[in-house]
Amino acid sequence: MDHRVKATCIVAGTATGPLLLSAEPLSFWGGYDPKTGEIIDRRHPLSGQSAAGTVLALPFTRGSSTSTAILLESVRAGFAPSAILSTAVDPFLALASIVARELYDANLPILVITKEQMAGLTTGVIAQIEQDGTLSWG
Amino acid sequence: MAMSILVRMAPVYGAERLLDITAAHIDSSVYMGPATLQFAEKLAGLGARVRVPSTLNVSGVDEHGWKAWSVDHEWATGAARQMDAYRKMGCIETWTCAPYQTEYRPKFGQQIAAGESNAIAFYNSVIGARTERYPDLLDICAAITGRAPASGLHLDAPRAARIVVRLDHIPLALQEESTFYPVLGHELGIRTGGNVAVITGLDVRPTEDQLKALGAAAASSGQVALFHIEGVTPEAPTLEAATQGLPVERHETVTVSDLKRARQALSTTDEPAIDAILLGSPHFSFDEFRHLADLAKGREKHPDVEVIITCSRTMRDLVERTGHMNVIREFGARITVDTCPLVTPMLPGRVKRIMTNSAKYAYYAPGLLGTSVRFGSLADCVASARSGHYEESEGPWTTA
Repeated sequence: MDHRVKATCIVAGTATGPLLLSAEPLSFWGGYDPKTGEIIDRRHPLSGQSAAGTVLALPFTRGSSTSTAILLESVRAGFAPSAILSTAVDPFLALASIVARELYDANLPILVITKEQMAGLTTGVIAQIEQDGTLSWG
Repeated sequence: MAMSILVRMAPVYGAERLLDITAAHIDSSVYMGPATLQFAEKLAGLGARVRVPSTLNVSGVDEHGWKAWSVDHEWATGAARQMDAYRKMGCIETWTCAPYQTEYRPKFGQQIAAGESNAIAFYNSVIGARTERYPDLLDICAAITGRAPASGLHLDAPRAARIVVRLDHIPLALQEESTFYPVLGHELGIRTGGNVAVITGLDVRPTEDQLKALGAAAASSGQVALFHIEGVTPEAPTLEAATQGLPVERHETVTVSDLKRARQALSTTDEPAIDAILLGSPHFSFDEFRHLADLAKGREKHPDVEVIITCSRTMRDLVERTGHMNVIREFGARITVDTCPLVTPMLPGRVKRIMTNSAKYAYYAPGLLGTSVRFGSLADCVASARSGHYEESEGPWTTA
C-alpha cells in the first residue's frame, strides 16, 4: 500500500475492500437496495453501481430518518459496504454500525476523513482500515 | 440496551451529557425487513417500555386493509409483528408521518426526540419544539430512557440561521399557489444541505399544509431539520431573531427561474400517460381532504388510473364522518392508512408512471418504486386522474 492516512474513528473496526467514491451525499433509504447493495437513487451519480463490500467514501448522508434501518438491513443481508468514510460526522451511519454490533456482532467501521484526504482517493483501488483508524490504499 | 446505544451515540453528536425529553415520535416503527423487526422484538422482549408519550410513525403495512393491495403475506406478517413490538413498548398508536395533525403535538420550546425527517422539520420549524434529526432505532432508545444527547438543535445557538435565503420578486399569485411550497422546499434543501436557513421576502402567510409540504421537500432533497421564515415561524419574528444576531455565513437568492427549474426537477419524464396518482406524503390533512372533495365532487376518475390517498386512521375516520369521504370514494379514489406506498409494497405491478403533488413522493418514487414521476398541483392531479394523462392548467407557473 503506497498511501496511508490517519482517519478519525467514529466506530472503530477493520476492513478491506475496493474504494468507491461518491462526490454527492447519499440517502440510504431510497438510495440503497439492502438486498443487493445497488445504489438505486436515480438522481445519484453512482446510480446502478454496487457498493456491497466496498470502502464507500461519501460527504455525508441526506434525507430520511430510515437510512440507518436500511444500512442495518444490508449488514444482516450481507450486502453492506465493508466500511464507510465520510467528510463529516454522520450519526446515521454510526448508529447502524453500533446496532449491527449489538445485534449481529458485525464489524462496520465508520471513519471521518478530511475533504483533502478524500480528494486523494481513487475508486477501484484496494483500501485497508485498521482498528486505530489508519487508512491505507494503493 | 437502549441506554447503552444512547451513551455510545452521545459523543457522535458531540454531546458531553444527556438531557431529559418529555415526548418522542418514533420512526423506528417503519418495517424495513428482518433486522428492524429483530431490533424491535429484542427491545420489547427485554421488557422495555417508553418513559415519555411516544407517537408512532407509519408502519410497514396497512394492518387491517393490506389484503386489498398487492402486499405479500410474508411482508405483512413481519410488519404486523413489528407493530406489535412497538405496542408492547407502550407507544401511542398514531401510525402517521404527520403526528403534528394529532392531539399529541408538542409545544413551543419542548425538548423531544423525533424521527421521520418531515416531522422533525415541522416540529422544529413550525412549532418551535426542539429535536435533533434522529435516525430510526435511536428515537426509540431516547423514548425508553427519556433522555437525548444534549447537543445540536436541542440547544439555543445551533438553531440560529446561518444562511439567508431571499425570495427575489416572486409574484404574489405564485406565493399563493400551493405547489410553490414543495418546490421552494426542494430548492431550499439543495441550496442549504443541513444548514439552518431563514427565508425572507415571503409576502403571504402560508397555511400549515403549505409549511408541511415545504419542510417535507427540504428534508428530502437536503437534510433540513430546521428552517425559519421571517415573520412566519415562531423563532423568526424578525431576521435578527432568526440569526440570533450572529454573523451570517452565506446569502442566497431564489428567483422565479430557479423555482421553475426546481419544479421541473421534481418530474422525471415528459411522457403524458399516468398509471396512478399518489396523494398524502406527508399524510393527508383534513383541509387537504376537503379541498380534494371540492375538486372531485360529481366527477369520476379514468378507469385505468389508480388514485391512492395515504392518511392516518384517525384522519380517515374523521373525514368519514363528513360527506367528503363519500365524494372522494365516488370519484374512485382509494384510501390506505397506517403506512404509504414508499414503505409498503402495495402498488400493483402495472403502475410505472405516477403523478403527485408531493415533493417527497416525487423525490423518492423513482428509487423506491422504480416509477417515473410527474409533479403537479392537486387540481392538476384530479384533472389527470380523470383524463388518464398529464394535465397542466394555466396558472402562476405558466404566466410568471
